[in-house]
Amino acid sequence: MTKIKMKLNCPMPKLDYDIITMGHGSGGLLTNRLLDKTIFDILKNDKLETRHDGAILPLSGKHAFSTDSFVISPIFFPGGDIGELAVNGTVNDIAMCGAIPQYISLGFIIEEGLKMEEFWDVLVGIKYACEKAGVQVVTGDTKVVERGSGDKIFVNTTGIGVMHEKANISAKNIKVGDKIIVSGNIATHGVAILSVRKGLEFETTIKSDTQNLNFLVKDLLDEFGDYIHLFRDPTRGGVASTLNEIARDINQGILLKQANLPIDSQVDAACEILGLDPLYVANEGLFITFVESKYANNILSALQKMKNGENAKIIGEVTHEHQGKVIIESAIGGKRVVNMQVGEQLPRIC
Amino acid sequence: MKYLNEYRDPDKVKVLLKEIAETVTKPWKIMEVCGGQTHSLVKNGILELLPSEITMVHGPGCPVCVTPLNLIDKAIYLAEKKGVILCSFGDMLRVPGSEKSLLQIKAEGADVRILYSPSDAVKIAQENPDREVVFFAVGFETTAPANALSVIQAKKLGLKNYSILVSHVLVPPAIDAIMSDEETRIDAFLGAGHVAAIMGLNEYYPLAKKFNVPIVATGFEPVEMLMGILKAVELLEKGESKVENAYKRVVSEDGAPAARKLIFGAFEISDRTWRGIGNIPDSGYELNIEYKEFDANLKFGIDIAKAKESEKCIAGVILKGIKKPFECPAFGKECNPENPLGAPMVSSEGACAAYYHYSA
Repeated sequence: MTKIKMKLNCPMPKLDYDIITMGHGSGGLLTNRLLDKTIFDILKNDKLETRHDGAILPLSGKHAFSTDSFVISPIFFPGGDIGELAVNGTVNDIAMCGAIPQYISLGFIIEEGLKMEEFWDVLVGIKYACEKAGVQVVTGDTKVVERGSGDKIFVNTTGIGVMHEKANISAKNIKVGDKIIVSGNIATHGVAILSVRKGLEFETTIKSDTQNLNFLVKDLLDEFGDYIHLFRDPTRGGVASTLNEIARDINQGILLKQANLPIDSQVDAACEILGLDPLYVANEGLFITFVESKYANNILSALQKMKNGENAKIIGEVTHEHQGKVIIESAIGGKRVVNMQVGEQLPRIC
Repeated sequence: MKYLNEYRDPDKVKVLLKEIAETVTKPWKIMEVCGGQTHSLVKNGILELLPSEITMVHGPGCPVCVTPLNLIDKAIYLAEKKGVILCSFGDMLRVPGSEKSLLQIKAEGADVRILYSPSDAVKIAQENPDREVVFFAVGFETTAPANALSVIQAKKLGLKNYSILVSHVLVPPAIDAIMSDEETRIDAFLGAGHVAAIMGLNEYYPLAKKFNVPIVATGFEPVEMLMGILKAVELLEKGESKVENAYKRVVSEDGAPAARKLIFGAFEISDRTWRGIGNIPDSGYELNIEYKEFDANLKFGIDIAKAKESEKCIAGVILKGIKKPFECPAFGKECNPENPLGAPMVSSEGACAAYYHYSA
């Protein structure tokens, strides 16, 4: 089912209110009516239907477990919405552990006054992303806060997934010489969000890269599990911050090649105009993987043949020199340090 | 990206570096005036590719860095005032005032907004007739036309709730001040390309003559930076103190008269205090008599005592090119981008921050 088609099924007219009120979070009749007609209806599955305080899950073996909260503004943006983002974000965090995501929980903090239609659209985004990623929402919570105490809607998701049998994902496995592969174009999500942020709007066709990465990860692990040392998704703080964390953890250097960084030409141009460094701009549907040098080219070509992996590139390698630091070789051959981002990235004056 | 990639071409860079190495015979100190150029030199790793005879000295051309502490305190005072929306370019937000930064008071609840264009501030003033909107009008000659345009627009619209806190500084008086300082020894200047795009080259001839120093209008991409450096080295080796244009795709002899018309429609030349350097006569702009009503300083009658700079910060010596950032005892220790003691550590164009962020 496509997202557009789902939108037509909105039960909006049947609901008593066209906005969320404090009463919808009271736990009483209004809450029940809201949950029945929206969440339980659209996200229907056998575990959710028990309507218990929590979900009882048939698990065995090793599992990965992760949580994340989503406060993005605006809640609808080119290429996605906060609902999709919330599912994909947690699905990807679990995938980065080398696991196959199965179940997620869903917590809402809604600011009173949110339009019922917008709430519905967020739920449609959640359903769409869950179906695409093959996960189920099995438990959840809805709270409403007074106007001014939130920003439309905040979403928390927590997920659980079974470990892939070939996965051995740990920064400890990283060795000098390991190649670093990025799965697609960088900086796309952050620029898409900026393009619609109030006061900064600019015309573009750039869409967020929010998407699940679990199938890419599974397919890579199936084929190359023994040679993959680490997966990380460089969300907030961008590629630069994630690589800095890793360099610090492994106490080795990371050398990047500017010329190899994949970036969409529109995103590149937007960063240029806005005075932003794409290395620090957020990504959503992107991973970085550290792999055994000998198999790097094989892994890269396999990835490039997969859906959503077409733009993958080897962007650098692990080195003895510059321990704990990330160094980039510029397109013209000069080298510089790429630091961890300090605070928010602020646009430059000139 | 067309019009950019051509100027980032590694092959062209190699050819230029070779030419520079073949031309240079003596040690030369060349100052790039503009912070954007400092940023480009360090970001692209150009410094380590240049022959050892050439020392690049990083000038005072970062508007964020030279905006006086007192003015930042004034912006913070205004932003904390009830009903005020303070609008600013992004990198002014992190600059520490004497107690706080705009970023800190934003977190505490002040309405501080990051804008890319002062025209957006005028729009905000239109949309919020019951609020006072102040734009923190910082910058060199480059941002002056847009800042001037904002008050011209506001006047046309009859807006009474818009004003600007002006902190405009000018490049030629800064070059004059640097060269007049007995401690400085600069052999040539790379003129700030975007300033020259507006102002043209005419202001540089008297300076080149007065101080017997070559001045080369230079762009920002690696190939353009090296074209400027090559031209400066050629002039130095020949002993010529000429003004040259190495940024012809953007800079014309006469600059942009239409932009200057906007500037002088709303501004007039005034004395300015530069953070780290001190007062320089005729080195800035303030609103002219016709637009005085838009001067936030007058409108709000701000009277704030001048705060003292950190005694450890040697920003002045750095901005004049006498010392390199890493020669400062506080560099990278008490003073870092998270906790900057002085402004050059704040903006990515500031010499100290550029060294801190990018030096391998």
